[in-house]
Amino acid sequence: MSAVKRQLLSGDEAIALAALDAGVALGAGYPGTPSTEILERFSELGGRGQWSPNEKVALEVALGAAFAGARALATMKHVGLNVAADPLFTAAYTGVAGGLVVVSADDPGMASSQNEQDNRRYAVACGVPMLEPSDSQEAYDFLFTAFEISERWKLPVILRATTRVCHSYTLVTPRGPNGPPRPPRFERDIRGRVMIPAYARPAHRRLRQKIAGIQEWNEACPLNRVVPGAKSLGIITSGISFMHAREAAPEASVLKLSVTHPLPLKKIEQFARSVDRCVVIEEGDPYLVEAIRSAGVNVEGKAEMYRFGELDVPRVRRILNRDASPEPAKPPGKPPQLCDGCQYRLVFETLRRRDCIVAGDIGCYTLGVLPPFEAMDSCVCMGASLGVGLGLRHVLPQEQARRVVSVIGDSTFVHSGITGLVEMVYNPPPDGHVLIILDNSTTAMTGHQEHPGTGRKLDHEPTNKLVLEDLARALGVKRVHVVEPRAGSDDFERVLDECLASRELCVIIARRPCLLIVKRLRELERCECEQKDTHAQQTH
Amino acid sequence: MPSKLTNVVIAGLGGQGVLKASDILADVAVRAGFDVKKSEIKGMSQRGGSVTSDVRFGDAVLSPMVPPGEADFLLVLEPTQVEPNRHSLKPAGVLITPEAVHPEKLPNKKSLNVALLGALSAHLPLPETHWLAALQEAFPPEFFEPNRQAFLSSRAAQNNTGSR
Repeated sequence: MSAVKRQLLSGDEAIALAALDAGVALGAGYPGTPSTEILERFSELGGRGQWSPNEKVALEVALGAAFAGARALATMKHVGLNVAADPLFTAAYTGVAGGLVVVSADDPGMASSQNEQDNRRYAVACGVPMLEPSDSQEAYDFLFTAFEISERWKLPVILRATTRVCHSYTLVTPRGPNGPPRPPRFERDIRGRVMIPAYARPAHRRLRQKIAGIQEWNEACPLNRVVPGAKSLGIITSGISFMHAREAAPEASVLKLSVTHPLPLKKIEQFARSVDRCVVIEEGDPYLVEAIRSAGVNVEGKAEMYRFGELDVPRVRRILNRDASPEPAKPPGKPPQLCDGCQYRLVFETLRRRDCIVAGDIGCYTLGVLPPFEAMDSCVCMGASLGVGLGLRHVLPQEQARRVVSVIGDSTFVHSGITGLVEMVYNPPPDGHVLIILDNSTTAMTGHQEHPGTGRKLDHEPTNKLVLEDLARALGVKRVHVVEPRAGSDDFERVLDECLASRELCVIIARRPCLLIVKRLRELERCECEQKDTHAQQTH
Repeated sequence: MPSKLTNVVIAGLGGQGVLKASDILADVAVRAGFDVKKSEIKGMSQRGGSVTSDVRFGDAVLSPMVPPGEADFLLVLEPTQVEPNRHSLKPAGVLITPEAVHPEKLPNKKSLNVALLGALSAHLPLPETHWLAALQEAFPPEFFEPNRQAFLSSRAAQNNTGSR
């Protein structure tokens, strides 16, 4: 069969298929909506995809692979790039020998995130090229282009998608495998990759020269294309907004930008001059409109109210009509809640009864903030429960300080809580502190991914297991308790009371597998036992 | 002006099979040769919250989201989710609720999503062979037969009443 079959794929699935077809040797990431499915699908298709403890490590692993000449992919949600920003800024200086693409999956409207930051700003701040697909076909095609740019200019490249691109299903005609990738090999480049100040100063200049070269190339890049239309209205747009704009104003001329950093400013100016009225349609921050105006090109933007949330066809119509009147409120749906049988219900009921001051964290347990529990007092970013809880303990009056606890999930603890625990041991508050690790043996919120504490890799195959209680003890915590929170038992409550009264540093690991994965866990354990048995028989 | 599009919104609560239903509908439309887009927000769906999924098909689809007031069909799996989603339906649009399915004709409640697709299918220009092929692909063999029956019986019931 030579007929290329068109497939209905999500943007994430399209990126995964492109990674396979483009010969990506290694994909690394940390689960985060809406990016999670990329590596899962890549692995299912036979690619080498792996979860790292967090996005910083994932990007560093991918960078190492790209230093070795391979094509490497790092995937994360928008806030994950904050964690990975440290290596990304300097990887722009070092550059790469192979290809390195960082997928930033942004979440305008916050379907499942704590903020709606616009990561297009990162491309500018780091000085790396950026592409923005507007559907799954482009998500597929642009990954190839991103690697071509990365390899030609030896730079990391950001592929920036949004929730509506990642999670919408549109038709894709794949181009098929690229042919065998170049075999990785190490070539020493000390001045290029060891960023001591003496070597970093010229590296910064090299980076800006590369960006100038890419800008020149981008002026003629066919991915930035004009959809011809009326002279009376021109629209400059990118990403998913292109689709909304085409539907809202089918008669308009449209300049569709695909490589959105560095911007093809000459092409933009030419387009703006060719129309009577030129409006920039973009979701989130006024990134394009500011850049275009600062180049001296007069374009119209959107009212401030459209900075918030996603765009859709009606909102684009309103922007084009300069309508800033209040929008009709969407009828509220049913909010999510902790599952009926979730063991954390008991934890949050207990914390509420004790009137604890709860520094919370990111995961499905954040739903403990909602009625009937309302047992969470802060949630900022991955791992913040530790630092915030300690800060509260340090300065609050004793009567309040002694009620402060930090609550964090197992995957989140491995992601960013370990350094917080080191802080707890290093700078202990006068009345101690209580850390509760909610260990349900999975990354539940994002759809049950493995992590180092589960002892299984992305594809659920067994690997070395990080034992949380051993880690806590090794860091110097004397009181480490493992309890199973379950209905009809007062074990958790009793241990919590003991710890709160102790005025020492305490870690309580509330361990019970998420009820949604109990069946799968049993199946995995059965398979592993069978494998061990077979292995034992073979060795005898 | 763009060519004619068919806009379907499927709504319910997490765990009811909203996304399964929209997967099947989208697959049938692909099989029938249409351009198709499907969009949903599913981040927290597993925790029992509201879920909606938009399916659009026609000669060429642009935005993946059905604009409010432009849905030709609103298919709702859970009665409490009718009001929160009614705004998506256009004035002459068709609302399909669990009332479209006779409880006796649905031995397994888990097939409600497929039964409602059966009712929807009576209104759509998509051939029955494609529906059955999509159902066959969507379910393991042991679940295909009950779903096929659920689909066909509510498709026939809708055709008989012929009402809008």
